[in-house]
Amino acid sequence: MQSKITREEVRHVARLARLELSEDDEVVMTHQMNTILEYMDALNTVDTTGIAPTTHAIQNRNVFRPDRVLGSLHREAALANAPEKDQTCFIVPKVI
Amino acid sequence: MDPTALTIHELRDLLIRRQVGARELTKLFLDRIERLDARLHAYLAVQGETALREADRLDRRGDDLRTLPLAGIPLAVKDVICTRGVRTTCGSRILENFVPPYDATVIEKLRYAGAVFLGKANMDEFAMGSSTENSGFGPTRNPWDPERVPGGSSGGSAAAVAADLCAGSLGTDTGGSIRQPASFCGVVGLKPTYGRVSRFGLVAFASSLDQIGPITKDVEDAGLLLQVLAGHDSRDSTSVDLPVPDYVSGMHEPIKGLRLGIPREYFVPGMNPDVEEAVRAAVRKCEELGAEVMEISLPHTEYGVAAYYIIAPAEASSNLARYDGVKYGLRAAGSRDLLNMYRQSRSRGFGPEVKRRIMLGTYVLSAGYYDAYYRKASQVRTLIRQDFLNAFDRCDALLAPVAPVPAFKIGEKSDDPLQMYLSDVLTLPASLAGIPGLSVPCGFSREGLPIGLQILGPHMREDVILRIGCQFQRHTDHHRIKPSL
Repeated sequence: MQSKITREEVRHVARLARLELSEDDEVVMTHQMNTILEYMDALNTVDTTGIAPTTHAIQNRNVFRPDRVLGSLHREAALANAPEKDQTCFIVPKVI
Repeated sequence: MDPTALTIHELRDLLIRRQVGARELTKLFLDRIERLDARLHAYLAVQGETALREADRLDRRGDDLRTLPLAGIPLAVKDVICTRGVRTTCGSRILENFVPPYDATVIEKLRYAGAVFLGKANMDEFAMGSSTENSGFGPTRNPWDPERVPGGSSGGSAAAVAADLCAGSLGTDTGGSIRQPASFCGVVGLKPTYGRVSRFGLVAFASSLDQIGPITKDVEDAGLLLQVLAGHDSRDSTSVDLPVPDYVSGMHEPIKGLRLGIPREYFVPGMNPDVEEAVRAAVRKCEELGAEVMEISLPHTEYGVAAYYIIAPAEASSNLARYDGVKYGLRAAGSRDLLNMYRQSRSRGFGPEVKRRIMLGTYVLSAGYYDAYYRKASQVRTLIRQDFLNAFDRCDALLAPVAPVPAFKIGEKSDDPLQMYLSDVLTLPASLAGIPGLSVPCGFSREGLPIGLQILGPHMREDVILRIGCQFQRHTDHHRIKPSL
């Protein structure tokens, strides 16, 4: 089967997606993605010249609201599910 | 008759006349869940205490319960919908302990209408799947045959209704996840028009496709629930600002003279012959009721799977990027730096199907592949949508099967992702086009498994499909047959 995606590319995509795949998972994922992407070739048989893409099924455009301060989540509620926090912030490993 | 076997509209009558109390009814459902759900696993969590308290509050009301459209009606809610103070997992280990600080708009609306919430229903992880086998907490079993799947991703919601473990439930449909499990479980499922029901508080899978909808014992109940759920919400910028019609009275109009299109591409090769026969018999029934039936073509049907499984994973890869262990959800312990925290939290928290779709979605959106895959799929989406618009020039609604087969066995399709995707061929196009779809029981296979009829309508025309479904049920009794439990 002609390869649509190599193992190296799968590793690259996993990095982009912030996923860590074991060696075995990588092999399986490469195989599965190849099968699926092969199937997607069917779309190449459709003539889409001049056809605009649809990203939304409805006609809404530019749904704005007045720039007014409205209520929001209280800090306590926002922090309630935090894996690690202090009084005011989410705590994470050192960024810089 | 056991009240747990009744429809919402029948229960409403009993409750209003105080022939059964709200607490009494809730307790009957809770007892039944305790007896039967260990085996079925329709529920991920049952909120017995709060449900009884909500019911008590309704019993204490001196005034007429008639003013509340759903007073005392016990419902199950798919666990992808945020319920304040009540754990919401989306069927995923990554949100195993997540407790939302707010209610989804649909929950607020149902509460306001007097509904009682029994618990959160099992589902495929992040709504990705067609069998509920992708739940991070174990599958749900089909009440008609516990060796079979209830369908997915709203498998728990559908099974709960079929087994009378609630009076009705909420599911969500992105590519068929209300319609297909409703079909597999012999109950009614409605996917509204995209934008008809607010998505505020619905954990997003694919933002241009997701819709919340009712799963119920009959079409009249689906209309009752839709009446409460529908409407514009300023907190959801994709909700449509259009008036909500009176679905309830409109449903009882006859269907004489309605033009019904039968898309030839939906009778796929390899389709189970019992499914085809049941659906064609349903079409004949509608003809008997005075509708005009005609064969039509939706020529781009065969490209629906490919288009959907590019677009939906693409949107999912973006929506699920937020699960990084920072603000909520699983955080892998002992990560030495931020990047590793992200990678390990996500890798440990997500199941294989979710990872597969994130990978696919990331790939089709990446530089060099965006045009070939995502843009191309979006163009094909336009063509699929146009197919429906063309059909609705000549017809008021379309009739079709929901799935090529009835409920399959647990484990039968779980090894081959592509096979699972292909089984969605009949529900995906309507999702891509954003049109509403109703699944109504229309027969049984020779093994006694339910078969659903799909009724598709133009945008915002839930009234038409509800009317057809309601009239169909008035003259058939497939929906009255229940699994023996």
